[in-house]
Amino acid sequence: MRILVCVKQVPAKDAPIKVAGDGAWIREDVAYETNEPDAYALEEALRQREAHGGEVVALTVGPARAAQVLREALAKGADRAIHVAGDDAHRLDSYAAAEAIARAIAGEKFDLIFTGLQSEDYGYGQTGVVLAELLGIAHATIIMQVQPAAGGVRVKRELENGYFQYLNLPLPAVLTIQSGINKLRYATLMGIKQAKSKPLATVALADLGVSPSLNRQSVAKLYVPVKTKKTELLEGPAKEVAAQLAARLKNDLRVI
Amino acid sequence: MASEHATVLVVAEHRGGKLSAATAEAIAAAQQLAAPWQAAVHAVLLEGAAESGLAAQLARYQLAGVLAARHPALAEYTPEAYTQALQEIVSRRQPRAVLFAHSYQTRDFAPRLATRMARALFGDLTALRVEDGRLTVSRPMFQGRLAADLVVPGEAPAFLSVQIGAFRADRAALAAAPAPIAAEMVAPAAPAAAPEAPFQEAKQAVDLTQAAIIVSAGRGIKEAKNLDLIRALADALGGEVAASRPICDSGWLPMDRQVGSSGQTVAPKLYLAVGISGAIQHLVGMKSSRAIVAINKDREAPIFEIADYGVVGDLFEVVPALIEAVKAAKAGG
Repeated sequence: MRILVCVKQVPAKDAPIKVAGDGAWIREDVAYETNEPDAYALEEALRQREAHGGEVVALTVGPARAAQVLREALAKGADRAIHVAGDDAHRLDSYAAAEAIARAIAGEKFDLIFTGLQSEDYGYGQTGVVLAELLGIAHATIIMQVQPAAGGVRVKRELENGYFQYLNLPLPAVLTIQSGINKLRYATLMGIKQAKSKPLATVALADLGVSPSLNRQSVAKLYVPVKTKKTELLEGPAKEVAAQLAARLKNDLRVI
Repeated sequence: MASEHATVLVVAEHRGGKLSAATAEAIAAAQQLAAPWQAAVHAVLLEGAAESGLAAQLARYQLAGVLAARHPALAEYTPEAYTQALQEIVSRRQPRAVLFAHSYQTRDFAPRLATRMARALFGDLTALRVEDGRLTVSRPMFQGRLAADLVVPGEAPAFLSVQIGAFRADRAALAAAPAPIAAEMVAPAAPAAAPEAPFQEAKQAVDLTQAAIIVSAGRGIKEAKNLDLIRALADALGGEVAASRPICDSGWLPMDRQVGSSGQTVAPKLYLAVGISGAIQHLVGMKSSRAIVAINKDREAPIFEIADYGVVGDLFEVVPALIEAVKAAKAGG
């Protein structure tokens, strides 16, 4: 099977993020990492290839710095990578990003396209579904298991409240992968070394005719959420705050 | 613009013959949005060919009508049949807006529907405001660490899905007399393969919904063995141990201990969140707790937004001290 995995570079989970001067995006001087659900999507693609053969191609849409997530994907075992690059590529909405992906892979044939179920920056959770629509192929979301089946794949989809469901899809198809579907591997030294000789193609976003002007939803204002609850913050030496908190639990909340 | 589109549609969701709880929340949001536009709200029901009583349940709400689209291809939810059926209805009815609850099911098909109609789905919305005739919506970004306002373009229809719990179901206005129910003709193609019946992995061994006190661990605990600290605190308080998704994904605790959109929804007297940053998927599962205490080293963590008491500090120092303090308080100290 030939599998395309879409990975995104996002601010690290513990990076202190601050709203930039334009009020519509964050300051760029933060640490970045691979979007976590995308890391699981890559892992799943590698496992499928190891079990059934084929090729794994990693793709990202992002500025120059985003090439790092592709180098990591190659080091973990992806066969080749495609960087859809543009200085403002991180400002694309789901639709424009999906357009960029669809145009970048025109002429290629993939059996499966994996994305993480959502990004940890915008969190739209739509790029994979929109991409399936643009390509005119089937999709399924929040996938916890992928097995080849006659004429396609059998997937386990997560529903709410602890429920799951199996469904069969024809190929090609887009699957959005849930975190926790598998156990992530680390890149080996050998893998990191081999990655240097693997093909990493760069496609300019502008050459695909895609820019943030295609966006169908754009952020007007980004801000620290307005608090709806009065929070009493306790700070100081651990012993003191623990005593204060225990007193609140006993006297105010009456739970001890 | 588009003042002729004086209709708002709200799409009902159901499983096992029952409307989802979030459907009433979406109706409340639709009623709120329709008021400044003086638009008529119609609920849309998609179901199999058999009459189920769901339309009558929807008719209890204050609506201009219930549009019941019945077709064998809609008996089981599939994204393709739902997309086709709703495209037909939206094209025919020309609503100004189409509302959904931001459920897993909506997330599965509504982006496809919006794209097919050359629109975007504005999803996970916590607020809808009409100002100067323009619709502005709010939603979390960066896992809830920031919020964003987005201006919805004026061309109808707008596709909007509201975050579970952001609008109150009990604010959905009920009708004095049942709303009229009309059959809506749709002809979606039969799906290539019907999905199989939903199932639960295992009978949940722990019913966290009945716990009075829950001590819940997040990514901040770093290693499985540090859960002993959480267990000790839960023991001292007489509570149950729970966790956010990454902890259960790692296999450190069984899935039935997971709180959040993909786990259990709880509302104990005390929810003590340790090393949980408070991603929105976790918050929806516990934000109705009577009291919330958060211990986290990151002052900016979203969990503090909804906490009654917050301790900014290193959990590996605070939790052992708290265990001692709780024991002392119990002993009458």
